[in-house]
Amino acid sequence: MKNDNENMLHRSGEADFGRRRFLSRVGMAAGALIAVAMGLPVIGYILKPSLPKMRRQWVPVGQINQFNIGDTVFVSFTNPSATAWAGVTGKTGAWVRRVADSDFIAFVINCSHEGCPVRWEASTKMFFCPCHGSVYYEDGVVAAGPAPIALQRFKVRVRGGQVELQTRPIPIT
Amino acid sequence: MKLSEKFLQWLESRTGLVKLIVSQAVHPVPPGARWKYVFGSAVLTAFILQVVTGVGLLTTYVSSSGGAYQSLKQIDSSQLGTFLRGMHWWGASAMVVMIIIHLCRVFLTGSYKFPREANWLTGVLLLGLTIVMAFSGQIMRWDQDAIWSLVVGADMAGRVPLIGNWLAHFMIGGEVLGSDTLSRIFDVHVFVVPLLIASVVGLHLYLVLYNGVSEPPVPGQTVNPATYRSEYEDMLRKKGVPFWPEAAWRDMIFSVAVVAGILLLAWIAGPHKLGKPPDASQVIAHPMPDWYLLWFYAMLALLPHSLENYIIVAAPILIVLVLVFIPLNNRGERHPVKRPLEVTALIFVISALGAFTMAGKQEPWYPHFNAAPLTADIIGASSGPVYDGAMVFNEKGCIYCHTIEGHGGKRGPDLTYIADRLTRNQLTLRFMNGAYNMPVFAHTLTTTDTEDLLEFLSTRKRPGYTVGKQLSAVRSAGPPSQAVSTASEGLAIAKSKGCLGCHSTDGKPMIGPSWKGIYGSKVTVIINGKRVVKTVDENYLKFMITNPDVWIVKGYQPIMPKISLSPGQVDKIIAYIKTLK
Ligand code: FES
Repeated sequence: MKNDNENMLHRSGEADFGRRRFLSRVGMAAGALIAVAMGLPVIGYILKPSLPKMRRQWVPVGQINQFNIGDTVFVSFTNPSATAWAGVTGKTGAWVRRVADSDFIAFVINCSHEGCPVRWEASTKMFFCPCHGSVYYEDGVVAAGPAPIALQRFKVRVRGGQVELQTRPIPIT
Repeated sequence: MKLSEKFLQWLESRTGLVKLIVSQAVHPVPPGARWKYVFGSAVLTAFILQVVTGVGLLTTYVSSSGGAYQSLKQIDSSQLGTFLRGMHWWGASAMVVMIIIHLCRVFLTGSYKFPREANWLTGVLLLGLTIVMAFSGQIMRWDQDAIWSLVVGADMAGRVPLIGNWLAHFMIGGEVLGSDTLSRIFDVHVFVVPLLIASVVGLHLYLVLYNGVSEPPVPGQTVNPATYRSEYEDMLRKKGVPFWPEAAWRDMIFSVAVVAGILLLAWIAGPHKLGKPPDASQVIAHPMPDWYLLWFYAMLALLPHSLENYIIVAAPILIVLVLVFIPLNNRGERHPVKRPLEVTALIFVISALGAFTMAGKQEPWYPHFNAAPLTADIIGASSGPVYDGAMVFNEKGCIYCHTIEGHGGKRGPDLTYIADRLTRNQLTLRFMNGAYNMPVFAHTLTTTDTEDLLEFLSTRKRPGYTVGKQLSAVRSAGPPSQAVSTASEGLAIAKSKGCLGCHSTDGKPMIGPSWKGIYGSKVTVIINGKRVVKTVDENYLKFMITNPDVWIVKGYQPIMPKISLSPGQVDKIIAYIKTLK
């Protein structure tokens, strides 16, 4: 087969050479064009969710009188952006503390280290992370472990007797 | 002519495949390969098993964030379904194990040297793709562990400079978990990566045929790119044996063993348990990566936290670079006996991975939230301060991290015999100041808590253990005086010891904070470079007076000298400060 190839190439002259170089370039350009034409829409579609777009929305998490002053409690809510087929995966939560009358703090549940869910231990008055053992004080400041910064917070407001949190992306630190 | 022969003849005349396949199957390979050459084919067998079982599982599996968990339950609800999922789980484990062994073998026998550098590189690529499969496979088991592992993975990707945030959101398909999350993992696990693996396996096999199977290394026989190929061909002509069946029978037998092992484990041990539902609002979770990434998980918990950013981003890049550049050294000795440095490096890497994996299994850093409380037996009392102190130990979370006689967590030191090591003052210092990886408890413990805890911990001694002279001397100073402290005595002491040279009693700022109104107020102190708000109470003052250089009140210089005061004197000064409302 190799010999056949050589024979064939041997037969061709100068003119053939130039023409074939041109044609081979046309062929490669056509291939590249096809790749771009097919690839771009797909790549665009795949990348879309990673472009920032989530609207910050206020979600109610309970009546104000359900919260006792000084207590830190867990509230869960469904992300307003979640689709019906997200199921329970669309849910999330927050650690909410009523500091004073209408003064609330809400911590995200995600450890500032790698995002695992922290839990509040009322007797110790600290948040513990189950993954690599980070611990946070009451006010979210790091007490121990690899966490680099304090627990992040939601914005909270009270509207018409309802405590509302402003949704936010999973913190990536 | 038999019918089957007729068919083969027809096939050959129309496709040319028969000759091609036969000639490749019987291509000459070096003799003496023995059992150590069987792992590569075992990886292929495991991969095929993964494809086959995966196809089976997909007839039930639903790739939606909202439905996957139920569909997995459905698979598990039949015996055959559980078995199939077990095969897929153990098949994955087998594939990872075999690939690692194969890589080590190729490294040890120097088979990556000339002319097989491209074999090595495609193999490294396959290793990477397999790890992607392993990780995405864990996510496909769409339970609580899966979503948190994905969040952790995304968070790690978030450490990449510049594009980190984008990358993280790309992985989870948005800014929060949702319906797009599982779909993209599914895409990766079922289409993209398997297709890539199949193609690269094809390339890898082609290269094995093109470059020939490496001959078993002989010490002293070196690889010289100028002459290697002709020597190799010479050797094949003289001593070569047909791959099928001379070498292949071992591959086949070993693969049978691998498949049998997978089936057996799938039957006896079953698949990886399906955890709780993938509900991100369930915070009582204990996410863990599957065993192949445990080493990385452990590294994150154990290595110095300040190095983390570099490790998360640089370590994977470094690993890839090292693997890619290994075949740069493509000549010289192949036999491990003549390459002690390489062998040592491999042993080091394997032991490190093994050690981290074991640590990941034990998770000594994990607070034991469910530790069984200390019993009266262990405490050695059923009432009184010692008992109360033990209750504080149970309730305030000490037990999450500290073990006493086998009860409790492993994060902090074992405190079974703590009284042999630390005096009461040193213990108080730990409670108040915390330590590396230990929170400050000044805020959590009341004065009575602290006293009780000290009483309790002071009883934690090794029976008959004599402590050093110095330590017992310090301890004989005894617990803080219980005597009634009077404010006026406190004032006298404060004057005589020079406290009032720097602290005013009328609110005027001096070198140190004024004492007026300080009791009960909130101050910001700098602890290990972090700002912490503290309430000024007895514990706080006691700590500040006895350890003036540990916490620094914000806005003041760390210049307070250590004043020698007896515990009783300290109490009296505090009593005085309390009166300065
Ligand atoms: S994710 Fe919380 S300690 Fe690592």
